[in-house]
Amino acid sequence: MLNEGDLDVLIAEVAERYGYDFSNYARASLRRRVNRLLVIDRFPSFAELLYKIKNDASYLPHLVQELTVNVTEMFRDPATFKTLREQVLPILATHPFIRIWHAGCSSGEEVYSMAILLQEANLLHKSLLYATDLNPAVIENIRKGIFPLNLMKDYSENYIEAGGRNDFSNYYTAKYNWAKFDESLKAKMIVATHNLVSDRSFNEFQLILCRNVLIYFDKVLQDKVLGLFDDSLDQLGFLVLGSKENLRFSPIAKKYTQLTNREKIWRKTG
Amino acid sequence: MAQNRIDNFKVIVIGGSAGSLDVLLDITSLLPSMLKAVIIIVLHRRSDSESILEKLLSYKTQISVSEVEDKEPIRPGHIYIAPGDYHLLIENENTFSLDYSEKVSYSRPSIDVTFESAAQTFKERLLAVLLSGANADGTEGLGVVKEYGGYSIVQNPETAEVGFMPRQAINAGFADSILDGKEIAVKISELLRQ
Ligand SMILES: C[S@@+](CC[C@H](N)C(=O)[O-])C[C@H]1O[C@@H](n2cnc3c(N)ncnc32)[C@H](O)[C@@H]1O
Repeated sequence: MLNEGDLDVLIAEVAERYGYDFSNYARASLRRRVNRLLVIDRFPSFAELLYKIKNDASYLPHLVQELTVNVTEMFRDPATFKTLREQVLPILATHPFIRIWHAGCSSGEEVYSMAILLQEANLLHKSLLYATDLNPAVIENIRKGIFPLNLMKDYSENYIEAGGRNDFSNYYTAKYNWAKFDESLKAKMIVATHNLVSDRSFNEFQLILCRNVLIYFDKVLQDKVLGLFDDSLDQLGFLVLGSKENLRFSPIAKKYTQLTNREKIWRKTG
Repeated sequence: MAQNRIDNFKVIVIGGSAGSLDVLLDITSLLPSMLKAVIIIVLHRRSDSESILEKLLSYKTQISVSEVEDKEPIRPGHIYIAPGDYHLLIENENTFSLDYSEKVSYSRPSIDVTFESAAQTFKERLLAVLLSGANADGTEGLGVVKEYGGYSIVQNPETAEVGFMPRQAINAGFADSILDGKEIAVKISELLRQ
């Protein structure tokens, strides 16, 4: 088990050597990630892990992959997607173009879910979905559009709960153990790495989704990133956070109105 | 007015799984209304977006009961529930944080995760309670609670609805005290009124 000092040393080393700055990540979670790494990669102690980081640059992708949490699913929190479908898309429909940013989108399940909503609302043709994450490995999957077949049953249930009326299996073709999603869904996605810690705003959006990413940040970084979203959001644009994340205590809160008090969807009204 | 002395146990964290709801309700209904401790509950359940647990517990007590949101302040005199499908961590003395990483013992929230995290922060001021369940979750966490000087109460597996989970902890030697469900509620309320 590592101690607080070890964690600081690791953070400093990774920042200095590779430019990934984890210093404002929530410590309790990060400590668990590092402890888990010690176990899964069978390092006898923290010193060996540190040695590896210092001396083997090829270890970096794996390190980033394991320090971050990539767990995600399609139509996660179906009620949120239902609200997006029923209350947000009709408003976005009035725009000539719709730009959407999925910040910290991991392997893309959320982005494909949104593309399905847009297609069903007949809006996909005039939309652009920017899918970004700091981890280059996970976003590769978005370009492939391939997800494990055994999860489709759950995803199909989520889809129906989110107000979907089609046969979910129409959206993919099954091959071996994989579901390959329809090319048309991918056509409007722009996939890129973007680090919320160090990269800037790159466009103006009508809708930004950043779900279950801020929980890994401390308050200081959360506020900074929310500021970045605020700068990147059109007046009357929408911001969607994870189901247990809240804008309430942030400095930008006063400019935003929660759409319904059950969903973590806010509109920039101020 | 009698002064509550809870310097010993600032934080009580209760982990339960199958068959633990009745005990939880008992514990809640016996809590002193002038609660100075923090109560944290981690219960395995389906990851529904709506929490009926919050409502059920609220009927039993005046104390405020709520599901934790990310980076929520930890305030004495509150009952906090780990939200479905997230691990509940203690960021520091004053702040919770949530984590959506891999399940532990097939569970999210996992009792081990919260026990361990609470132990590291609250050390000997932590009282951990492990209730009925069919899962091995909780035992490892109780080990960490012990390591950091906390106190542990484990429900008696003989009388628990499902004895497996508490039995694991007892076999591992991590139970300071083994009590029936009803006794646990009384014991906690005594500790809090001391
Ligand atoms: C739990 S996933 C969330 C996926 C999806 N939004 C959801 O809610 O299901 C968290 C993602 O945040 C990404 N992430 C962590 N730190 C980041 C940063 N500084 N900038 C951009 N993405 C980051 C991780 O790589 C990971 O893919």
